[in-house]
Amino acid sequence: MGKVKRSPWLLHYDGSSCNGCDIEVLASLTPVYDAERFGVENTGDPMQADILLITGGINEQNAPVVKQLYDQMPRPKVVVAVGICACTGGVFKDCYNILGGADKVIPVDIYVPGCAARPQSIIDGIIKARDLFQKRSDEHDEYERTHRGK
Amino acid sequence: MTAKQIIFVILYIVLAPLIGGFLEGCDRKISARMQRRVGPPILQPFYDVQKLLNKQTIAVRKAQGVYLIIYLILMVFTGCMFFAGTDMLMCFFVLSTAATFLYFAAVVTNSPYSTIGGQRELIQMMTYEPAVLLTCVGFYLANGTFEVDHIVSTGKSSIIYLPGFFIAFVFILTIKMRKSPFDESGSHHPHQELVKGITTEMGARNLAIYTITEWYENVFLLGVVGLFIINRHAWSIPLALLVILAVYFLEIVIDNSSARVRWQTMLRITWAVTLLSAGVNTMILMLIH
Repeated sequence: MGKVKRSPWLLHYDGSSCNGCDIEVLASLTPVYDAERFGVENTGDPMQADILLITGGINEQNAPVVKQLYDQMPRPKVVVAVGICACTGGVFKDCYNILGGADKVIPVDIYVPGCAARPQSIIDGIIKARDLFQKRSDEHDEYERTHRGK
Repeated sequence: MTAKQIIFVILYIVLAPLIGGFLEGCDRKISARMQRRVGPPILQPFYDVQKLLNKQTIAVRKAQGVYLIIYLILMVFTGCMFFAGTDMLMCFFVLSTAATFLYFAAVVTNSPYSTIGGQRELIQMMTYEPAVLLTCVGFYLANGTFEVDHIVSTGKSSIIYLPGFFIAFVFILTIKMRKSPFDESGSHHPHQELVKGITTEMGARNLAIYTITEWYENVFLLGVVGLFIINRHAWSIPLALLVILAVYFLEIVIDNSSARVRWQTMLRITWAVTLLSAGVNTMILMLIH
């Protein structure tokens, strides 16, 4: 068992969402559902983020943005797709400008379906992401320990 | 250095980050309760720093890390000088130098967000510096010395002579602790300003160094608050601790009950408070002497 890291900081990016899921994401961070009790903090800075939370489908315009945000985040990191649009493209899937879900451009770890996703399921997704982040952190620490100086 | 000074310096270096982190944890918990939330665990700030120290560090310019380490060293040095009981004026000059290195760390990356954060940090320094210098002058007028160990060995608490200075100093603490309404350059949890203001380009290890330095700084500043109370008698020490906790709680209340103001308003209000309370107090002290 490695070091405990109960501190996943979250970066929220809105792709081509209808804003339904965004409102639910904010609801899950505000007093009623309070994600901060798990150490989750909503940061606006990819350099300080551990979890990338994407809502809305990926289109031609935001694909490079999502890629860049993912690249700017330091390892270890976890990606959560919230809402059916971010998972598969949803009802916009067949639109001419939509590429599909977030996994068309970056590797997605956790899918939270729903239209809009309910705060309860978003928090459930965040908890899963936190556990995965812990696992990845342990692997990262192990890698750093064994490969340091090489 | 005497043995007592060495003990105080070692205690500061070891305990200050622990106390600072614990206070921040209490701060976040109390803030959450004020907003009717459960809030993070008390030890959350330590979890945050531990995580940051083990992440991959990405820096646009490597110089940023060097500047932040100098910032940390100078801040620790400031606190060590203060708790060793040396010249108070010198402590605040070293503190200003430390803040300058924080500015360098922010602007060295050329990021527009952290550059604006850095410029706001300079405005903040300009805003609180008169009150800080006047506080030193006040301690000199009340006790006839800048030496911290002489000030704490006088018979009466300095606050009897310096109530105006105390108000001015507590007022600028809001700026120094990056609390709303004066969190222009970068703010604490859970507020946000221009992505993350001065810390925008600091990730992983660099952000951890910055956070630990803030803890050292907070303990030093609360030490100055205690200096207003402490005198030669033993009962003054628990009283000073009570005053420090009350001031810290007051800062949390202000933080949670006010919205951020523009820097012009911050400058105007702070200088007005400084002039009215510390200035009038200075004049009265000068007339008495």
